[in-house]
Amino acid sequence: MILKKRYLVLFILSISMAAQHAPAKKQTKSILILNAIAHLGNGKIIQNSAIGFKDGKITLVADATQIRLAKDAYDETIDATGKEVYPGFIAPNSTLGLVEIDAIKSSDDESEIGVFNPNVRSIIAYNAESKVIETVRPNGILIAQITPRGGRISGTSSIVQLDSWNWQDGLMKEDDGIHLNFPSSFRQNGWWAEPAASSLNKDYSKQVGEITRFLTNAKSYLADTAKERNLIFESVKGLFDGTQTLFIHADKELQIIDAVNLALENGIKKIVIVGGFEAYKAADLLKKNNIGVLLKRVHDMPENDDQDVNLPYKMAKILTDKGIVVGLENSGNMERMNTRNLPFLAGTCAAYGLDKEQALQLITSNTAKLLGIDNLCGTLEEGKDATLFISDGDALDMRTNKISKAFIQGRTINLENHQSQLNKIYKEKFGQQ
Amino acid sequence: MKRFFSLLLLLIFIPKIDAQEYFPNNESVQNKNNNYTAFTNAKIFVTPTQVIDKGTLLIQNGKVINAGKTVVIPKNTIVVNLEGKSIYPSFIDMYTTFGIEKPKRGEGGRQNPLYDTKKEGYYWNEHIKPETDAFQNFQYDNTKAEELLKAGFGVVGSHVADGIAQGSGILIALNNEDNSKRLLANKITNHFSFTKSSTTNQAYPSSLMGMIALLRQMYFDLDWYKNGNSTTTDLSLEAMINNQKLVQIFAAEDKLNSLRAAKIAKEFGLNYIFKGAGNEFERIEEIKKTNASYIIPINFPEAFDVSNPYLASQLDFADLRLWNQSPTNLKVLSDNGIIFALTTDKLKKMDDFRTNLLKAIQYGFDKTKALEALTTIPASLLGKSNEIGSLKNGSLANFLITSGEIFDKKTTIYENWVGGSKYVIKDITAKDIRGSYDLTVDNTPYKLVIKGEITAPESEIKTLDSTKVNSKISLANNWISLIVKSKDSVKTNFNRLTGYIENSPNLNGKVIFFDGKESNWSAVKTAAFENEKPKDKGKDEAKNNTIIPVSYPNIAFGNAEKPKQETLLFKNATVWTNEKEGILTETDVLVKNGKIAAIGNNLNEAAATVIDAKGKHLTSGIIDEHSHIAISNGVNEGGHNSSAEVTIEDVVNSDDINIYRELAGGVTTSQLLHGSANPIGGRSAIVKWKWGAAPDEMLYKDQPKFIKFALGENVKQANWGINNPTRFPQTRMGVEQVFTDYFQRAKEYEATWKKYNAASKKNKGKMPRTDIELQTITEILNQERFISCHSYVQSEILMLMQVAEKFNFRVNTFTHILEGYKVADKMKEHGVGASTFSDWWAYKFEVNDAIPYNGPIMHNAGVVVAYNSDDAEMSRRLNQEAAKAVKYGNISEEEAWKFVTLNPAKLLHIDNKVGSIKVGKDADIVLWSTNPLSVYAQAEKTVIEGTVYYDAKKDEAKRVAIDKERNEIIGQMLEEKNKGMNTQEPKKRIKVEYHCDTLED
Repeated sequence: MILKKRYLVLFILSISMAAQHAPAKKQTKSILILNAIAHLGNGKIIQNSAIGFKDGKITLVADATQIRLAKDAYDETIDATGKEVYPGFIAPNSTLGLVEIDAIKSSDDESEIGVFNPNVRSIIAYNAESKVIETVRPNGILIAQITPRGGRISGTSSIVQLDSWNWQDGLMKEDDGIHLNFPSSFRQNGWWAEPAASSLNKDYSKQVGEITRFLTNAKSYLADTAKERNLIFESVKGLFDGTQTLFIHADKELQIIDAVNLALENGIKKIVIVGGFEAYKAADLLKKNNIGVLLKRVHDMPENDDQDVNLPYKMAKILTDKGIVVGLENSGNMERMNTRNLPFLAGTCAAYGLDKEQALQLITSNTAKLLGIDNLCGTLEEGKDATLFISDGDALDMRTNKISKAFIQGRTINLENHQSQLNKIYKEKFGQQ
Repeated sequence: MKRFFSLLLLLIFIPKIDAQEYFPNNESVQNKNNNYTAFTNAKIFVTPTQVIDKGTLLIQNGKVINAGKTVVIPKNTIVVNLEGKSIYPSFIDMYTTFGIEKPKRGEGGRQNPLYDTKKEGYYWNEHIKPETDAFQNFQYDNTKAEELLKAGFGVVGSHVADGIAQGSGILIALNNEDNSKRLLANKITNHFSFTKSSTTNQAYPSSLMGMIALLRQMYFDLDWYKNGNSTTTDLSLEAMINNQKLVQIFAAEDKLNSLRAAKIAKEFGLNYIFKGAGNEFERIEEIKKTNASYIIPINFPEAFDVSNPYLASQLDFADLRLWNQSPTNLKVLSDNGIIFALTTDKLKKMDDFRTNLLKAIQYGFDKTKALEALTTIPASLLGKSNEIGSLKNGSLANFLITSGEIFDKKTTIYENWVGGSKYVIKDITAKDIRGSYDLTVDNTPYKLVIKGEITAPESEIKTLDSTKVNSKISLANNWISLIVKSKDSVKTNFNRLTGYIENSPNLNGKVIFFDGKESNWSAVKTAAFENEKPKDKGKDEAKNNTIIPVSYPNIAFGNAEKPKQETLLFKNATVWTNEKEGILTETDVLVKNGKIAAIGNNLNEAAATVIDAKGKHLTSGIIDEHSHIAISNGVNEGGHNSSAEVTIEDVVNSDDINIYRELAGGVTTSQLLHGSANPIGGRSAIVKWKWGAAPDEMLYKDQPKFIKFALGENVKQANWGINNPTRFPQTRMGVEQVFTDYFQRAKEYEATWKKYNAASKKNKGKMPRTDIELQTITEILNQERFISCHSYVQSEILMLMQVAEKFNFRVNTFTHILEGYKVADKMKEHGVGASTFSDWWAYKFEVNDAIPYNGPIMHNAGVVVAYNSDDAEMSRRLNQEAAKAVKYGNISEEEAWKFVTLNPAKLLHIDNKVGSIKVGKDADIVLWSTNPLSVYAQAEKTVIEGTVYYDAKKDEAKRVAIDKERNEIIGQMLEEKNKGMNTQEPKKRIKVEYHCDTLED
């Protein structure tokens, strides 16, 4: 029976291989997109734009009415009149490629056992050929931070572009950050289907103390060339020299204050809060220390019954107004397949207070800044990767998010996927247009 | 084994009650005491309202002989002069588990669920145990009895609180002296609850609705059994037949559960007394309408410790409110004329009883009513008014002697007499020695002041030069004892003064010095005791907290008053009619008497509230075909592979904040579906989200009957990860068999009944058993009930349609139906509709081929398509989900909008009243800030039948009020802590957001 199941799995895998679309080839011809409304991702719009890119990099971002170009300056010109151009959207704190089907344990590589696992690296488990990834790109999500889950320190994340043969080809920034799940001040009682009222986490101080102990030990170890190597301590070196970011996953005000102070006291250079439901209450501290927030999925319920029904929708606006750099993340239920709804999370933030270009920043330039990849992507700027797409209309609104072309590092990527193929097959079966 | 054990208990027990008068006596010679005792000059409360001033209570042999102003006192009477004292009947608590050990959980902890009972001779469900006899499990508990006696109780009812039908209860007099007089009734009450027995692992029922269905089935079975239709013996039902003559007590433990149990009572002509929860005031109108009596606990919650603001901010608003309002429950019940008794049940400690009762009185509960709730009412509810609860002639001599008005804080309860046996709480004979004295101890003079309470005085000793000398005084049985400290340079020494208190104002006795030397002491009274005047009276009297008014529902965003229907005129809106008129711009819509009254231009209506809707969009309300919000205690009855007998209509929770959130997302109607844990699930409830209304008022009127079916991974428990699956089916193959089997059985069931009903009287024979489950399934066969079937892959979709066709009916709706696009043509042919997700996939193996083009392909094939949520959060953004049909499938906006309005209405067979904006239809409408399919759209007003249930503007005001109220209560709690009252640490309610596959145990 077990054997049979294995064959079944193999069979399924073989189907998915067949459905997998080959990654695009390196850009060889330069491309110019003309006359589109360009959303630069930095808050600015060019109504009638000229966006050019060569060898994978953006070479021109200009107002088409203001410049003159030689006829043969670009090998190919796309007339995008009436359409809109956006920088590729970025999905931070993502588990794309780490799990294929939620309920199937054998397809799940997101969480290692143990408590302090900074040495665990998500990137090597990243399945660049995941069928889910194909379905995410057609909505404009072209970059993701692949992040492990579980434990107190889950491990090390890496950032990839979403069109590659394998994880090595996909890498944009390897081992960009370490992820710390800060202890919760409340402890959930009962079990998932029968939750009792949650009570104070009596071990909170102890658990916070363990983090301090871990970091001080790591620092001491790194100060000296120890005779016996410790892979765990070595893996957090970047936190102290500023080459890696500490992503602190925390929602409550108390947690955030404790976490930030703990990190600062231990000499961590770069800090980002992930989740941050109550980050607005600790905004002054965050602002003072230049700490940004990757805000938890805003398509969510308020945490308390008496909170504003629309509080999650308004959160980005509240934090932005307080001067915090905010990005959106989408972890939670069905998070991988839901990645494709990331633009609409930003759209909702625009519906509840932000202007649309600000909302766009939540999934482009702000996220790029927080992930430390703003030199490569996040805006339409000359010199950055040509990772961008053309949409028929406003890409933050599901009504108009229809993407006709997308480019990753200048490569024209295939927007077909397992789902669009099935669509074709069955439309054909029923003779539908 | 267990029965043997109970028998054994009985054997041990019997010799203990061997003092009955006809029992042989080998201990001594006969010692019969027929003397009377008379309590004279007391204020006697014969009943709470019949009071005798300066009366006499005459008792003999544990009973009241007479109580009155002038009572003839026989010669052989012991007279007790109670000048200045009062006599009250002792209290009754009819709901305790006194003397009964808590039943223990079966061995082995959490094991695989047991689906079918293995017990012989009893009911098929082990949570129904009417055969439990409390008396067989009873052992008099002296310690606990003392606690109760001190609190004023003389009689308690007790039972085994375990299971759904818990068996019979007993009535016990708390006579700590005479065990022959304790048992007042060995079977007096019959108990029910909504909790499963802890002694069995039987899985069914796993939900509240399952428990309700089980009770219904039990009553049907009982009636059937009673009439001799069964061929087998069922000891549980036989016990229940006997227990039905008893007082029926239902531990509902919640306001809404009381309403639920009241429904069962009504259906079967029963008379339950409900054991409440203390939150009855939140739905007092409905509670009143049950016309039932109640037993009410007074375990008011303690204030939370809110000193840490970070933690306090996590507290649930409803919990804060409940703390603030709880003390008013008794007053509210009483003001509404509801008959109720009080109970000590759920109190943390017995001392809280008096404290909390006095608190309730402080918050307006009438003292006479309080006394009634502890005496005459429980006596009458138990049918024992002639024996207990009053001091009428012939009653048991159960009474309290107090220093004054019983519910006065300063009153002392001296004695609690039960059946003529005296239990001393505070020594009534204690002499009042309070006052100022000149104290001489072995020739050394001091000044002594005795103050405080008579039975618990405090001493203060000073030397003549006013140096304080530490001392401690205590009284016992007419003896005074004073420990006086004396200091020398080396250490502290203790000198003991004792003395017998004589009938003289002065005191004297013997002193034993620390070194063992003895001498005399004496104290000469120089001044009488004067009560210290409270310094400032206002501060001493506990100030009442401001009570937050109840809202409907009584949680955040509740309505101060139930909202009312209005006449509304929307001017110049873009109107999405969902009718052949399509989308009309700059159009007026008039709403009157709950209906759409007119659609057109330049409408006028003098009485209408005019709403300027220029630039805004007006649509019919969103209908969610698949929702699981606002359901109490379990969305799945997974204890059986079919649970057609359960219905969500029984468990609608009107007090769920998600209702308000739905309204904020423009949802007006939802089908609340049973989960998908079993092939044949439970019946649905179609509800309109009338925020503030009671559960029954939310039910869609004359709603079409629906039932949930399910296929695939959930029903075959594919993702359970258990090693030994025990429930059939475990494959899709088995699922088909379950359906075929049930439909076949239902067919036969119906035939049997038809035959029985058609037969002439003398040929009738035995009546068939009423089976709610099969009854429900026959409704499907007769096309009186529609199936909404959870489904994913094409094979199972085809299977169910084929099974249905074999039995000559049609499946109404496939819900989820993520591979519907593969068999859209066959669905069209069968005539089934589809209610699907816009874009969900990849969460389990069976959704691997789910595509966001599914809805559009089915729609284009002619299938009626709806988009549903199955998720509390997404439900409030269903407008955005509809837009995904435009995005992925190029469906026109007008058609896409119908995916969440008209089409689900059609699937639910309610499109005659809702689902479009058409004159004559229900005015269930939403005003949107912009095109409702846009991510930027916000619902500004949500109207159901002409009543505005959500208004974005008013929502702002509500939030301000919530903040204010929260701060007010937190302030009150801080004061509570400051006063040194007990507080509890903050905790947070956790809510489960139900999905299809949420299972509860």
